[in-house]
Amino acid sequence: MPDSTLAHAPQFDDASQQRESATFGMWIFLATEILFFGAMFLGYTAYRLAYPAAFAAASRHTLLAFGATNTAVLLISSATMAFAVRAAREKRRTALTVRLLLTAALGVLFLCIKGFEYAREISEHLLPGASFQFDQPYASHAEMFFYLYFLMTGVHALHVTIGVVLIAISGFRAWRTDAFMRNDTAVDLLGLYWHFVDIIWVFLFPLIYLVERHS
Amino acid sequence: MNTETRELPMTLEPRANYLNDGHSIRSWLLTTDHKRIGLLYMVSITLFFFVGGAAAAMMRLELLRPQGGLVTSALYNKLFTMHGVIMVWFFLIPSIPTVLGNFLVPLMIGARDVAFPRLNLVSWYLFIAGGASALWAIIAGGVDTGWTFYTPYSSTYANGHVLAMAAGIFIAGFGSIATGLNFIVTIHKMRAPGLTWFRLPLFIWTIYTTSLILVLATPVLAITLTLMALERLFGVGIFNPAMGGDPLLFQHLFWFYSHPAVYIMILPSMGVVSELIPCFSRKSIFGYNFIAYATISIGVFGFLVWGHHMFVSSQSVYAGMIFSILSFLVSIPSAIKVFNWTATLYKGSITFQTPMLYAFGFIGLFTIGGLTGLFLAALAVDVHLHDTYFVIAHFHYIMVGGAVMGYLGGLHFWWPKITGRLYCEWLAKLAAVTIFAGFNLTFFPQFILGFMGMPRRYPVYAPEFQVLNVLSTAGASILAIGYLLPLAYLLWSLRYGKPAGANPWKATGLEWKTSSPPPRDNFANAPVVTEEPYNYDAQAAELSLEENSHA
Ligand SMILES: [Cu+2]
Repeated sequence: MPDSTLAHAPQFDDASQQRESATFGMWIFLATEILFFGAMFLGYTAYRLAYPAAFAAASRHTLLAFGATNTAVLLISSATMAFAVRAAREKRRTALTVRLLLTAALGVLFLCIKGFEYAREISEHLLPGASFQFDQPYASHAEMFFYLYFLMTGVHALHVTIGVVLIAISGFRAWRTDAFMRNDTAVDLLGLYWHFVDIIWVFLFPLIYLVERHS
Repeated sequence: MNTETRELPMTLEPRANYLNDGHSIRSWLLTTDHKRIGLLYMVSITLFFFVGGAAAAMMRLELLRPQGGLVTSALYNKLFTMHGVIMVWFFLIPSIPTVLGNFLVPLMIGARDVAFPRLNLVSWYLFIAGGASALWAIIAGGVDTGWTFYTPYSSTYANGHVLAMAAGIFIAGFGSIATGLNFIVTIHKMRAPGLTWFRLPLFIWTIYTTSLILVLATPVLAITLTLMALERLFGVGIFNPAMGGDPLLFQHLFWFYSHPAVYIMILPSMGVVSELIPCFSRKSIFGYNFIAYATISIGVFGFLVWGHHMFVSSQSVYAGMIFSILSFLVSIPSAIKVFNWTATLYKGSITFQTPMLYAFGFIGLFTIGGLTGLFLAALAVDVHLHDTYFVIAHFHYIMVGGAVMGYLGGLHFWWPKITGRLYCEWLAKLAAVTIFAGFNLTFFPQFILGFMGMPRRYPVYAPEFQVLNVLSTAGASILAIGYLLPLAYLLWSLRYGKPAGANPWKATGLEWKTSSPPPRDNFANAPVVTEEPYNYDAQAAELSLEENSHA
């Protein structure tokens, strides 16, 4: 494909139509993602309403320090991503490279922290299944809470992993080539995706870690 | 198929078109041309249609005798599961959107291709990968959960290859999502100059709404099947009663997709009918805006009625009442469409060519299917009819009488555009009549059977139901012949059919303004739209003017 600011695929009339289409397509994709997560949030809501005491008790066993740190890490990464999008728009290649790689590194940090957290929870027998242990009378419903916890954070972590890979690849592309200097749409779309992943976490964090922490 | 245009008997040098633009297997399997991708889908879903049809044929043969005996009960369970899964996800859902939609959406809006041609090809590969997984599940031993995969049976007790089957649906689902996304962006961003929203063909409105449903509903099915599969794999899951889980949640999530899925099947057919009726009545469509808005409102209401599948599944009475009322409401926009089509016919110059026969068939059968849906939406009546053959008959009137009739009507209407050839008209009419007769003989007796209390999904039944079951099986045989006929004469037309010319039906619409088959880039000159859709009145005046000047 020829590369110039005005280059566009043959099905489009011009570059701006192509850019608008790509951005619009990304928003629709994010809408499908909301529905995808939506079913799990629905399950969480239904069971939390059905078993409030068990969910509160189970939530107190989650590792708040890990969760809070990770929230901070992801929020900072969203900021660096936003700066990366801006650098691409302003055609500053070094800044773009640094900010993309920093975002990817923060994503990796998030995954590492999450991994240690999972390891501790598994050692505390909080992984649903044969080895699950929890004080009565809430054992079975707490198992539901931890099932939802591992499920939702797991699917979220999968999205983070995909994002980290794509952002890292883009970072190297920005470093090695000037592709994004000619067309920054891809960085824009990546930014949308990354903020979406971040927002999902912003909802997950209170639902998992902050159920009646005060009592 | 691609070699046929070289043997055109009437022209010496066939014009460059999308069919003779490359003849290698590679030029088909790696194509990004929306028209070729449409044909890839056409071939694949036809295969799946006959696989699913074979399962139905076995079931109808088993039901010839009250005591059965042709197949074991276990095999019978696998047959109806296979029939349902294949027909719903690998034929009906993709049928019109991926075949006619892929072919027509860019042509109808005056674009060179869809917005994301490579993604479009990926959709087809996802569809094929999903289909392969589903077929593997069937060959390896089958699945006996029914197409609905209700928990805890599917997640805990069922034998068989539930995971492979669910994976197949999951993968194909992402193909659907990609197709829907592609169409939405294409329709929003790539319309020809002058083609405003209310100048769009009504087919585009229905594909647009269908795409919205595909994009918003399919992810829910994907996660629901994933949750079921996780529960099956690890023994823990959100539908598991041992952990306080509620199997009813599965039904909510499943029908949140699967009720709108009915509209994925029927809306595009309505779009086809909205093209056929004006063309073969030589009249502008009556109440264009009403039909366009009715399309959107069917899409919206369609998302709010899923609970009518759970009236007897311990759903709360109040939820049942609300879902019942909403289900009644969704019939209003559907009825608006039927009234508009019949009003279009009024005082039209109607001709009974093959596509029009299918359009008439659609209107009649869809009306019966829709009205019997109201029986089922009524809470008290549903208690009696739930899980009986009445339900089977109802949704086959919608899905086969409606969706398949529309697909065949559209296929016959645009076949000359797709292939550049005309099929044998009298055979096609014979097939249309055979399908209509066979369909009614198959499924009308099932309304009566269901009303008398014959439950669905059983390989044996009480002896007093035999006469109606024999009628139904006889109808199915006629229906099978009706479906094989088009396969034969359409294939025949590829080689021996008369050249169609650009516009054999004298239809309006951009797709008829380019040659048949269209060139790779669809239009020799980028079209500009200056008139309203279905402008048959102006066209008639023009044609008579031409005739006068020739005389
Ligand atoms: Cu329904």
